[in-house]
Amino acid sequence: MTSVVVVSAGLSVPSSTRLLADRIAAATAQALEDAEVVHVELRDLAHDLTDNLLTGFPGPRLAEAVEAVRRADGLVAVTPVFSASYSGLFKTFFDVLEPGILDGKPVLVAATAGTARHSLVLEHALRPLFSYLHAVVVPTGVFAATDDFGDAGLDARIARAAGELASLAGGADRGPGGTSSSRRSVEDRLTDPTPFAELLRTAGVV
Amino acid sequence: MQIGIFTVGDVTTDPTTGRTPTEHERIKATVAIAKKAEEIGLDVFATGEHHNPPFVASNPTATLAYIGAQTENITLSTATTLITTTDPVLIAEDYAKIQHLTDGRVDLMMGRGNTGPVYPWFGKDIREGINLAIENYALLRRLWREDVVDWEGRFRTPLQGYTSTPRPLDGVPPFVWHGSIRSPEIAEQAAFYGDGFFHNHIFWPASHTRQMVDLYRRRFEHYGHGPADTAIVGLGGQFFMRPHSQDAWDEFRPYFDNAPVYGHGPSLEDFTEATPLTVGSPQQVLERTLSFRDYAGHYQRQLFLVDHAGLPLKTVLEQLDLLGEILPEMRKGFAEGRPAHVPDAPTHASLVAAAGGAHDSSVHAVDDVTGTTDREEVLA
Repeated sequence: MTSVVVVSAGLSVPSSTRLLADRIAAATAQALEDAEVVHVELRDLAHDLTDNLLTGFPGPRLAEAVEAVRRADGLVAVTPVFSASYSGLFKTFFDVLEPGILDGKPVLVAATAGTARHSLVLEHALRPLFSYLHAVVVPTGVFAATDDFGDAGLDARIARAAGELASLAGGADRGPGGTSSSRRSVEDRLTDPTPFAELLRTAGVV
Repeated sequence: MQIGIFTVGDVTTDPTTGRTPTEHERIKATVAIAKKAEEIGLDVFATGEHHNPPFVASNPTATLAYIGAQTENITLSTATTLITTTDPVLIAEDYAKIQHLTDGRVDLMMGRGNTGPVYPWFGKDIREGINLAIENYALLRRLWREDVVDWEGRFRTPLQGYTSTPRPLDGVPPFVWHGSIRSPEIAEQAAFYGDGFFHNHIFWPASHTRQMVDLYRRRFEHYGHGPADTAIVGLGGQFFMRPHSQDAWDEFRPYFDNAPVYGHGPSLEDFTEATPLTVGSPQQVLERTLSFRDYAGHYQRQLFLVDHAGLPLKTVLEQLDLLGEILPEMRKGFAEGRPAHVPDAPTHASLVAAAGGAHDSSVHAVDDVTGTTDREEVLA
């Protein structure tokens, strides 16, 4: 079973961002033989995200969403374009993740906007963000302006991107933590601490 | 079981009056609070250390010595001493000095600090935080335990033939706790040395506390200091109480809503549920406090934060009076079901006893003409 988490940051209900997220999710599930898809709708977590910024820890609902992302074999990240970039709500979710959660994780980036003039947002905003977070961003991003929802080309791009995500998420052996990271998370270090002799060596105390 | 209070020394505007205390008022209030803590029978008063506004908690050793001169019984401690940016040579001298001045009523808690620019202000690199904590503490231990130290490390000037004075009182260094919220390396450090481990247990959910305490206990046993349930654990905590629960909620809410750390964030209701903060009647505070053992095990030290978020001194002293009223019940509750083999927190007296009795550890300089020390000449 391959688990895919779809994070979408649309604000209206219904939202074209969620609409795009659903179509990518369906295409990814189809490309994988056996997939479990979990949706994380950031609008529902907006207050929890702000609280996390202020307190430094996630409330129970947000913690559940973060845990789903941690365990996921692949991630679909969809944002509306606000002021020529991802929305603040979208960014906040990735800001509160503990470092390392996305290390080596396959990510499909997608965005919606009112006009095709924003289409490069995938390349100048989303791709650098996920590169910084050490995720593996699939080559095809999916951008949908309002017009694209009436264009057959969108389906083709979705299918292509979903196929790329499926081949990375379905094929990779990422171990029990769902990550190929060589960096050890706080959880890992709590379970299996670095022995003090090694900490002394790292510090330079012999 | 030791019960006490700790302060971070924040100068915060009282949101109900709009008034901000002066530094002088806040510093004097800290002393009044410490003396009140002794008066109601608390065991520990600990002060934080900060080197930036809005805090008045710089120079904790002057504060502790001043309080030590005006109290008889209470143990003076820190929460925390910045082992990362403070020269361990200074820490060794300062706290040995306070040991002598207070006849052993001092211990201390190591922490790394949470204000980024403090590192460069003191010539350090925050990315080396863990390494600084490890190296500096390794040196501090030697300065207290060896009369003459040769040292070379990465973070300070080398030492050749250095003797830290005064030597620890009765030949026994102060007990050390290590405080950390989310760094397993610090729990590991505490466990390795058989020192105490303290979890802030204020701003973060109990699950963090449980994980860190579990790790520390497990590794304490691994390093051969005794069974996991005999490890030395301390917890923070915070409450606001009034005889009628609703009064406590009404009075504390504006302070909570505007507090520097969590203000303008989650509701008081959500925060009291997610973290150990307890608002209510003294009975509710008592019950919640005694439930900390459910996930931390039987532990040795409970410190409460009572003077923060702009609460006026009068209110803080009233909170301490209320704490004093439930203190006997709290002590009784902590004693209930506590296995006999679970130790108390070490004190100067218990450490001296464990060392086989007090011995003067003064070091006297060698006279380069006679080749003897002053002491040898006196004894001869």
